[in-house]
Amino acid sequence: MAILEGKKAIIIGDRDGIPGPAIAECVQTAGAEVVFSSTECFV
Amino acid sequence: MPGQDAIPFDMKKRKVVNKTMNSVIKGASYVLAHTPQMVVYNGTTQTTERIVNPESEYLKELESHLRSYEECVNYWPNQVYIGNATPDDLAGVEFPYYDKAKEGAERYGKYGEIMPEEEFILLVQACDQFEVVKIDKDFVSAHKDAFAADPIITDDIVARVEAGVELAEIEAAVKDEHAEGIYVAGKLVACVKRAHDIDVNLSAHVMHENLMSKASSVLALLYGVKNAGISKDDIEYVIDCAEEACGDMNQRGGGNFAKAAAEIAGLNNATGSDSRGFCAGPSHALIEAAALVKSGAYKCVAVTAGGCTAKLGMNGKDHVKKGLPILEDCLAGFCVILSENDGENPEINLDILGRHTVGTGSAPQNVIGSLVADPLERAGLKITDIDKFSPEMQNPDITKPAGAGDVPMANYKMIAALAVKRGELDRKELASFSANHGLTGWAPTQGHIPSGVPYIGFAREDILAGKIKNAMIIGKGSLFLGRMTNLFDGVSFVIQANTKAEAEGTSGVSEEEVKGLIAKAMKDFAASLIAE
Amino acid sequence: MDLENQKRVKDFADEYGAENLVVVLGAAEGEAAGLAAETVTAGDPTFAGPLTGVQLGLTVYHVCEPEMKEEFDEAVYDEQVSMMEMVLDVDDIVSEMSSIRDEFCKYL
Repeated sequence: MAILEGKKAIIIGDRDGIPGPAIAECVQTAGAEVVFSSTECFV
Repeated sequence: MPGQDAIPFDMKKRKVVNKTMNSVIKGASYVLAHTPQMVVYNGTTQTTERIVNPESEYLKELESHLRSYEECVNYWPNQVYIGNATPDDLAGVEFPYYDKAKEGAERYGKYGEIMPEEEFILLVQACDQFEVVKIDKDFVSAHKDAFAADPIITDDIVARVEAGVELAEIEAAVKDEHAEGIYVAGKLVACVKRAHDIDVNLSAHVMHENLMSKASSVLALLYGVKNAGISKDDIEYVIDCAEEACGDMNQRGGGNFAKAAAEIAGLNNATGSDSRGFCAGPSHALIEAAALVKSGAYKCVAVTAGGCTAKLGMNGKDHVKKGLPILEDCLAGFCVILSENDGENPEINLDILGRHTVGTGSAPQNVIGSLVADPLERAGLKITDIDKFSPEMQNPDITKPAGAGDVPMANYKMIAALAVKRGELDRKELASFSANHGLTGWAPTQGHIPSGVPYIGFAREDILAGKIKNAMIIGKGSLFLGRMTNLFDGVSFVIQANTKAEAEGTSGVSEEEVKGLIAKAMKDFAASLIAE
Repeated sequence: MDLENQKRVKDFADEYGAENLVVVLGAAEGEAAGLAAETVTAGDPTFAGPLTGVQLGLTVYHVCEPEMKEEFDEAVYDEQVSMMEMVLDVDDIVSEMSSIRDEFCKYL
């Protein structure tokens, strides 16, 4: 069973890893609805 | 018609002669102020914890993890920051760094100094123009001589230090008037009072934050002028690129830190303005400054930034949890002085500028592509044509235990991966790319401070010494933290060896020479006519 | 995890139901990914945010994990994320994430 299809996705990206908007682009292609996307910064 | 072609006057060459020269890096400064008590009282990690979890283990343990001034001075990355050791030296030190003292470490370095908290508090008061900073008079008399003994601190700055007030006055201001306390070794010694009863933009908290930024910027400017070997009067413009905002309720970020700091530093011929762009601020400011000088608008521009109290102890929870000292215990500042081309110093080449645009997106490969590969390609260069890259030079001793990894290393891996993808680097050379084209991070996590600029001082020297021929400075900024846009940001530029002699040598034909050549050609032409 | 983000996660769990949510992370290191995953499953381990003591048990993955990649459009993943696989320690991230999921996820 798909993990993302039909689900609401919350994205917590990382400035020095993968930023939120880049993850959101991917997650949308798997049929999830992005309800929140944020990017954290430790520096 | 014979003779006409003989006129040796090449318009293309003439154009090169007239082309304005790039600006040069006259000098750079890097300063630290050791402020462990501001970690406790002003760092947002700690102030937040005090609100949400006042009884937490972290707050109880925090004080025992603060470093002494000597420990802070002996810390390898700090010695590199002020220029007493090189990034190469640091690369030879076994990781982690916090448990290794640098032998022969000193307060003063060739780029600046590590100022003790006591003296820095006096400098802050000297930078205050509105009588909001009040210091205990006993504290002033105990430390004023040491402050005055600092060779960079001028007599007029020492003269600005007031005699101080009774401690009771400070206690009352903190207790009854929302003043922000300033502590040393857990004891209240001074305060910053609010500058307005209602306006939150002039609250004691904001005034404190801004005065600390201003004071560290003043210190950086003083060293900047000294290191560049110029007179204070030479500086015509100052750009402040820190991350604070000063203004009142009618103009929250009105400014102007640049001119305010220039005034205390005694730069009488300068005006200036603030330029902001989160951590990318310094790189934006340096490009702007280089353009101002190259255009001829100003002959000499200082780019400066002070430190950020809010970020003190930012990753402290992770450091304490892992038994490390609080490593984010210093306010940092830097200054870079750009001037007209002197035929000697390394230049900022404005023909190779990288920029993350609105359309670039946030995918890491696009970000690094826009900042590194694209500008080089436009200039007909490959990634491997750049000797050293200075992206975000955060000290991994601070970021690794906090789960943010080794930020410079991650940047080098990305640049190398991109070079492989573009066929400019062999896959086998992936691992050695960081060692050959990279640097080990040493800068404190003060936001804008680590972003590309910490290497400029070393880059200038390494280029002058012929160790490297060029370096790329890369600044990146997390604009989304301001909640105005979801965009990322960044700009980059290349520093290269001075090309003035080369430009003049290959195409530099003086007016005298041109006149002489034309005269000779006319004579030859006339002679050929007579002969006919 | 940032306190504001914790608040938003908690609100979304109330609004949509924890079983309907998937959290996707982009952390740079295994340990940071693990801490974020723990926060949205077993509660905030740093005892600072709104998720302290709140066991949401949300389904949580790192964007570089094979289960996620399998569901993404390959071209989009390649364009947006793939290069970071050369930068991050994906094996470490996968091992941290799976151990948290095995222990605390309620909806797998």
